[in-house]
Amino acid sequence: MKRRDFLKNTMIAVAGASIPLSALEMIDPRELFAAHPELRWVFLADTYKCVGCGFCVKACKVENDTPYDANVSRTWVERYVITKSGEVHIDSPKAARDGFIAADIYKGQNPLALEVDFAHGRVDKTSVPKGEFASIPEEDIAQAFFVPKLCNQCENPACVQVCPVGATYQAPDGVVLIDRTWCIGCGYCIMGCPYGVRFFHPVYKVAEKCNFCYHRISKGLKTACATACPFGARQIGNIRDPNDPVTKAIMSERIGVLKDEYGTKPQVFYIGLNKEVR
Amino acid sequence: MVHGEIWTIKEFFVLPNEYIYWSIQIVMYPFMTGLVAGAFVLSSLYHVFNVKQLKDIARFALVFSFALLPVAMLPLMLHLQQPLRGTNVLMTPHFTSAISAFGIVFLAYACIVASEIWFVYRRHFVNVVNTLMAKKQRTTLEKLQLLLNRVLTLGAMDIGEEALVKDHKAVSLLAAIGIPVACFLHGYAGFIFGSVKANALWMTPLMPVIFICSAVVSGIALCIITYIVTMKLRTMWAKRHQGEPGVPSIAMLRQVEDTEVRMSAKALLTFMVLAVTLELLDIIFRGYTAVKSWDILREVIYGLDFYKIFVFQYGLGNFLPFLLLLLPGVTVRRAAFCSLLVLFGVFMMRWNVVIGGQAFSLTFNGFMHYHLPIIPHDMETFKEGLFGAMFVMICPYVIFFFLNKVTPVFLEEEGH
Amino acid sequence: MKNHVWRPLFVVLGLVAVILLVRLFIVPDDFSVGERGYMYGYHRLGNEQEWKDFKTKFRTSTYCNDCHEEKMAERVGSPHALIECENCHGLAGDHPDNPEKLTLDRSRELCLRCHTRLAYPSSQRKDLAGIDPQEHNPGDACVDCHNPHRPNLEEM
Repeated sequence: MKRRDFLKNTMIAVAGASIPLSALEMIDPRELFAAHPELRWVFLADTYKCVGCGFCVKACKVENDTPYDANVSRTWVERYVITKSGEVHIDSPKAARDGFIAADIYKGQNPLALEVDFAHGRVDKTSVPKGEFASIPEEDIAQAFFVPKLCNQCENPACVQVCPVGATYQAPDGVVLIDRTWCIGCGYCIMGCPYGVRFFHPVYKVAEKCNFCYHRISKGLKTACATACPFGARQIGNIRDPNDPVTKAIMSERIGVLKDEYGTKPQVFYIGLNKEVR
Repeated sequence: MVHGEIWTIKEFFVLPNEYIYWSIQIVMYPFMTGLVAGAFVLSSLYHVFNVKQLKDIARFALVFSFALLPVAMLPLMLHLQQPLRGTNVLMTPHFTSAISAFGIVFLAYACIVASEIWFVYRRHFVNVVNTLMAKKQRTTLEKLQLLLNRVLTLGAMDIGEEALVKDHKAVSLLAAIGIPVACFLHGYAGFIFGSVKANALWMTPLMPVIFICSAVVSGIALCIITYIVTMKLRTMWAKRHQGEPGVPSIAMLRQVEDTEVRMSAKALLTFMVLAVTLELLDIIFRGYTAVKSWDILREVIYGLDFYKIFVFQYGLGNFLPFLLLLLPGVTVRRAAFCSLLVLFGVFMMRWNVVIGGQAFSLTFNGFMHYHLPIIPHDMETFKEGLFGAMFVMICPYVIFFFLNKVTPVFLEEEGH
Repeated sequence: MKNHVWRPLFVVLGLVAVILLVRLFIVPDDFSVGERGYMYGYHRLGNEQEWKDFKTKFRTSTYCNDCHEEKMAERVGSPHALIECENCHGLAGDHPDNPEKLTLDRSRELCLRCHTRLAYPSSQRKDLAGIDPQEHNPGDACVDCHNPHRPNLEEM
């Protein structure tokens, strides 16, 4: 074979191999859209509206059979208190299952196992060392707000990519689900999630996470947390439906997402996100 | 109780679902695969690169590496929440996950090592079969031995000159293929960590290379120690049987031991330089570029884990043995001591990567402290506690003991 | 005896064959690549339906309204009409069959979820009627004085 022929053939081979590849790249998303033009679940959380009552966490735990007293939760609420001197205090006692009924913010160890003195609406300080609480006077607070957290049902879920057995996957409507009969419990997905939404279910011993109450949304109901929220701080919607109020809000409001630097394309959108929230 | 809660102590703000999910067994996993890969590389130095001085330790390292192989898988099984479903990795492998390659790479590697051992020991198997066949009366044990060895020959009974040359060629070829596969096996253990983009400490492309280098270091160190111990046992045995035919003289044994250990120590030094350079490069690079995560990483590296990283890992585990090995006149005893330190150092490195990587919250606002369960009070605290780790540590020696019965490491006949 | 070098390879091929055979039996039939492609959609297809069939326990106030119409009517016009019945009364599930009786949370802490005064700027919490739980009748249950269905102070 002559050198020129060889080069020519190589060129043809390379071009031939690259065309179908690039063609696939181009067609793939459109094909997906064609298959499901009508449904992609998204979530909208409004940090102005959230008052930290924690009814969402309570409802979620019961609805989804997460053991009520286990220190894990599919969803939780964080409190951010930022002082005028720039200090940031964050807490989420018991994942906010019982709401935020005390002004003090716990700064010490194991904030989850914290005993809250319910009778007086304050954190029991007798059981933990002094100086581990931040009691912030009202006049020092520059801003303070609550942030609901749940699974972001990412468009490119890092947790699914790393599952070695195909036990977690993205459903056609965008929700990431876990196959409880196939999960081996290696924990790689828990490590792979940048948002810390995954954990091991204490009873089933497999990976567990929020799935937007898949059983509810596929029956036309709202998620348990969105149903429980009296203030409309949590809303579930379909981004493919231009008339959906959630879609309208996402299109018209200034919204943010968590940790977009990981390229996961999270689908939980926040109104009033601050840089302290990660 | 939630998995991980028992050994995790949280400090400041940590997300509700964050715990140290990957604990001691995941420290053991790269440590053990590292030993496998390292032992294999050491044996290949003789088979491929013809480092003649390593002849005696080469065969030993090969068999030992095979004994370590099943144990590399053990920590993973012990850490799974659903150990019985572990085979799903082979049933429905999802290749976008670094872990799914495990089953396949691991099996491929096991096949290579097993085949290599087969070629090295084929003549031995045939000899055993022939000797036992010649006997008129056989005990039950001997019958079993005959059966086992017959199976092991795979029916290839030819031990003529030509066939043995073929064996030898096959060994060299397999050893040569084995090196990249061993590196891949372990490099991808590094990839498992390095590719977790959510973890600021783990995510670096250097991770696989760092893992390979430290793997080779630990593998050589373990081979040196085990080799010295078995040589001591042999010397004791030789002393008792001195004068009988086929028993080597003590002076000869001592001399062999000395050269082998010295040569291995040299190999150890070379790989240590490489490993430490890469690890330091990683830290320096992180400090220099100082991206968002550096604030919390600095607190973990220079605060929380300072002793574990700079005193135990680098000080005791790297620089001390490095200096001791560089000093002239390396003795067997000093080499053994250094190898122990190096093993400890590599173990600490695995610890600092696996546990250190989970020592801080994903929010960068809090820390998690790991408390290794010592006294087991249920299955979980046994599996992922001190005793589970000890169990994993001891296993290769038990396997090696039995393996040595079938494929004796110290054959006096002319082997490969 | 010429080609004895290939024998280990045959053993390996045998092993591979065994694994593939076992795979044939163990892997569920509907395990395949879903619509999201191999990276994100490799799974047992039947699992989607299993999740859809998961039991619903939060039945919402429309379900309560079927039997407790008068109670629902009592709330009309009250700020608490926003709150789902099951937030305080407990999730209904198959009530009245199972559970026969719901566990109503009458505790002070339940009310404090919203009504501990937290003057947080940039949060709606500051706009809710708030008390200092240590000053405002500590130890007493809120429901002793306030009607949770019509909590307006004018109607006390």
